[in-house]
Amino acid sequence: MADLSNNHEAPGEPILQVRNLQKHFPLTQGILFKKQVGAVKAVDGVSFDLYQGETLGIVGESGCGKSTVAKLLMNLERATAGEVFYKGQDITKLSGRALKAVRRNIQMVFQDPYTSLNPRMTVGDIIGEPFDIHPEVAPKGDRRRKVQELLDVVGLNPEYINRYPHQFSGGQRQRIGIARGLALNPEIIICDEPVSALDVSVQAQVINLMGKLQDEFNLSYIFIAHDLSIVRHISDRVGVMYLGKMAEIGTDEQIYEHPTHPYTQALLSAVPVPDPEARAHRERIILTGDVPSPANPPSGCSFRTRCWKAQEKCSQEAPVLAVPQRFQGVDSPAAHFSACHFAEEKQVVPVH
Amino acid sequence: MSIIDKTAAVPAPRGGSDHTGPLLEVKNLHVEFHTRDGVAKAVNGVNYSVDAGETLAVLGESGSGKSVTAQAIMGILDMPPGKIPQGEILFRGQDMLKMSEEERRKIRGRKIAMIFQDALSSLNPVLTVGYQLGEMFRVHHGMSKKDATVKAVELMDKVKIPAAKARVSDYPHQFSGGMRQRIMIAMALALEPDLIIADEPTTALDVTVQAQVMDLLAELQQEYNMGLILITHDLGVVADVADKIAVMYAGRIVEQAPVHELYKRPAHPYTRGLLESIPRLDQKGQELYAIKGLPPNLLKVPTGCAFNPRCPKADDICRTEIPALVPVTEQNGADLPGRKSACHFWKETIHG
Amino acid sequence: MPDVTKTAAAVEDAVAPPSVDASAPVAKAEKARSLWGDAWVDLRRNPYFIVSSVLIALLLLISAWPTLFTSASPSAGDLVHHFLSKPELGSVGSPEWLGYDQQGRSVYARLIHGTRASVTVGIAVTAIVTILGGVMGMIAGYFGGVIDAFISRITDIFFGIPFLLGAMVILQSFTERTVWVVVFALAFLGWTQITRVMRGAVITVKQADYVHAAKALGAGTVRILFRHILPNAMAPVIVVATIALGGYISAEATLSFLGLGLAAPTVSWGVDISAGVAQIRVAPHVLLWPSIMLSLTVLAFIMLGEAVRNALDPKLR
Repeated sequence: MADLSNNHEAPGEPILQVRNLQKHFPLTQGILFKKQVGAVKAVDGVSFDLYQGETLGIVGESGCGKSTVAKLLMNLERATAGEVFYKGQDITKLSGRALKAVRRNIQMVFQDPYTSLNPRMTVGDIIGEPFDIHPEVAPKGDRRRKVQELLDVVGLNPEYINRYPHQFSGGQRQRIGIARGLALNPEIIICDEPVSALDVSVQAQVINLMGKLQDEFNLSYIFIAHDLSIVRHISDRVGVMYLGKMAEIGTDEQIYEHPTHPYTQALLSAVPVPDPEARAHRERIILTGDVPSPANPPSGCSFRTRCWKAQEKCSQEAPVLAVPQRFQGVDSPAAHFSACHFAEEKQVVPVH
Repeated sequence: MSIIDKTAAVPAPRGGSDHTGPLLEVKNLHVEFHTRDGVAKAVNGVNYSVDAGETLAVLGESGSGKSVTAQAIMGILDMPPGKIPQGEILFRGQDMLKMSEEERRKIRGRKIAMIFQDALSSLNPVLTVGYQLGEMFRVHHGMSKKDATVKAVELMDKVKIPAAKARVSDYPHQFSGGMRQRIMIAMALALEPDLIIADEPTTALDVTVQAQVMDLLAELQQEYNMGLILITHDLGVVADVADKIAVMYAGRIVEQAPVHELYKRPAHPYTRGLLESIPRLDQKGQELYAIKGLPPNLLKVPTGCAFNPRCPKADDICRTEIPALVPVTEQNGADLPGRKSACHFWKETIHG
Repeated sequence: MPDVTKTAAAVEDAVAPPSVDASAPVAKAEKARSLWGDAWVDLRRNPYFIVSSVLIALLLLISAWPTLFTSASPSAGDLVHHFLSKPELGSVGSPEWLGYDQQGRSVYARLIHGTRASVTVGIAVTAIVTILGGVMGMIAGYFGGVIDAFISRITDIFFGIPFLLGAMVILQSFTERTVWVVVFALAFLGWTQITRVMRGAVITVKQADYVHAAKALGAGTVRILFRHILPNAMAPVIVVATIALGGYISAEATLSFLGLGLAAPTVSWGVDISAGVAQIRVAPHVLLWPSIMLSLTVLAFIMLGEAVRNALDPKLR
């Protein structure tokens, strides 16, 4: 993939910049004349950068808006507000030919390998479809060979080209989905829970494959998942989302070993560790209650309803995502972006 | 049979003082499904047992037969296409497969209860949760509607649903996922059963809620001294709550061990592979170990040991002879209580 | 992709080489099987499908070449034969086989020649309804919004019209009622049924991840509609259309019976049933045979529809 390494950015230059991204789904009432009575704030002001060749993990519980972020980045949903800059160009406002051109460079791998492949198309047609849509990528006579190469790249037998998706297992189907995502030589791949529908023994195969492809093709990943262990394994940096907002973002070491946001701490402490020895001397923060409805989020800090540190200030003032005051200028892994008025370090994951 | 009659009449003697031996014992259970493409052998001779107050975790991937075994115990297997050609399921020493439908119905719900993965589809959407909880008391104990509602509120308090009194007349869809799972647990507990079978009870829940629900389940189990069969694919959850573990693969138990032993020294290559293939929250490795290949097709289980095509230790004998589940010992021949492995090379696996 | 071979070697260990693939023996034996192919395999094993398709094939043959089955004219009558019926009459397939009607015309010849009218109405109405209703349903389901609201309200209005009553009103306004007029009346009232089915199917399919995936690749509306949505939304439409075909045939017969559909000199089962009713006591065979043919035809299409439904949606079993 020589063409990719050619447009390698200067180090430190983000390939994707997301600024204050918002998606509000209107809630309407009435049958004939629809009146907006409110909005579900699925994504409510999310900002982050993605650098060339890195993996940014985004974790959060269901309903936190992480999958909507994926759809917004792919332009499958139109953002209500905010910008997504790909190499300096805001792609949220694009349409038609310009959007199609950008799509060559940003591709997606979906969660459910059973619904992400058209059951009436052969594997060859599925992986070859990107070439039909972007004929400039591969000349017509070359396509079959390209598809077979891609099958080979993702570790499937190239002879399977004429089979249909239902003849494959979940792990194999996910490989087909990855091959389709790779076909156009993209720079960025957005993975929305790519292994959560797979069996444990197959998850490792797919994760390893994704790691290898990243090195091979210098891909940048946005890896969205609810499984914190997998995210840690694959990510260079991690963002934690809660109720449509980014609660904390930093390198994997900063987030997992020096979390400063109470939500991150609770989340990490709740993850079951496959080590029965740990269960006796592990401190777990059990949160009370459930995630509030994104149609009616709490005032101020959205986590305050479940937070054990919440004070008056939290209900009045929404904390900004920045390095907390007490850590500013401090040379410590705890000095990273965290949206909490009372951020403090707390180690919850046993360090080996 | 007089012993059994007495247990049925007297309200649940805890700990099974009348009957010596395990609370539930599954012996050489076979289950097969007759499909268009042939006979799928889902369970091929499973043996396990649970005592009162004990937690047995049945660990396996999709298609390992872990859920089918549980359905056979509950008597909720779809027959046909399902069929139980041989085996025994002894509840307090009495074979449930030989009972009449009426006798089984008396045990189901009253003595053995089940919690499902998907709480929303397990609850009737058009009836209030109070009605559904109270139904157990009305049907099994002949209570009045009013008394049953009082009992329902009590149960909801028991499973820590806030404002139980106010929410008793709400419908299932008005509760969050975690709360619905609590209602399922309350329903299972209603008649104070001796044994609870929980089939992936927290798989659909977020980690922070998952921890709440597992804690609740463990607490209640201790309070009522119930046996618990926890069916899951999550090695983390198992490590947190189980006493002993049965690992299933292709319809057989391949390894049985107390929880600490299993994680420390697996005696079957499949268990070892699983443990090594999961990413760890507290460790960041380079590449995951991946079990090669795919889970077996139940229509065509490999000859010999079903795991042999994926096993790094496989030898000729593995391809021809099915390994029996044999007791595992220390190198010097000393007993390892509760440990069994179905591998021709268990010695090399555990001691190597 | 210059480094393909290297990567392939690198991922090899993570992947099942065919020799150790647990399901490999099965996988090797199985050919590429499309979902349509699977459905076809299922269909061929279904006795209902075999019986109904043989019947339908026969009906099509009869309506295409009625002279293969009888040499007698359906309209030539000889009053000598007035109401003559079995058993004193001739052999299988001969003009006198099933007896004669009031005007001494061969019942068998009329049966054979009447097939064409029924089959033509059934197939033509179904074809028009499927195409028109399908397109409308696809547009409503895919684009949604105002277009959907508009089309859906129209289908609601049609849904409120009793089918036969509506057809009667339409046919009343035509003085000359040929087969094509009947086709028009039935199609005009029938297309909304398919629209509803298609709309529902399209709405379900368009939410599938593979449609999102195609959009993410930059696919245009035409490609998404015809490559991804239509093939996956067609199954319920095919089933409903097949079953409805039988219904259209019986509707034609009913209208003809009521004197509002086809009329003599057009030869049709409905016309004959209508004529036979008057003489049911004297000559029941005149009524009996076209009724049996009609029932068999409707049954054949409904059976075919059920068989197709079972093959396309195995979950129903």
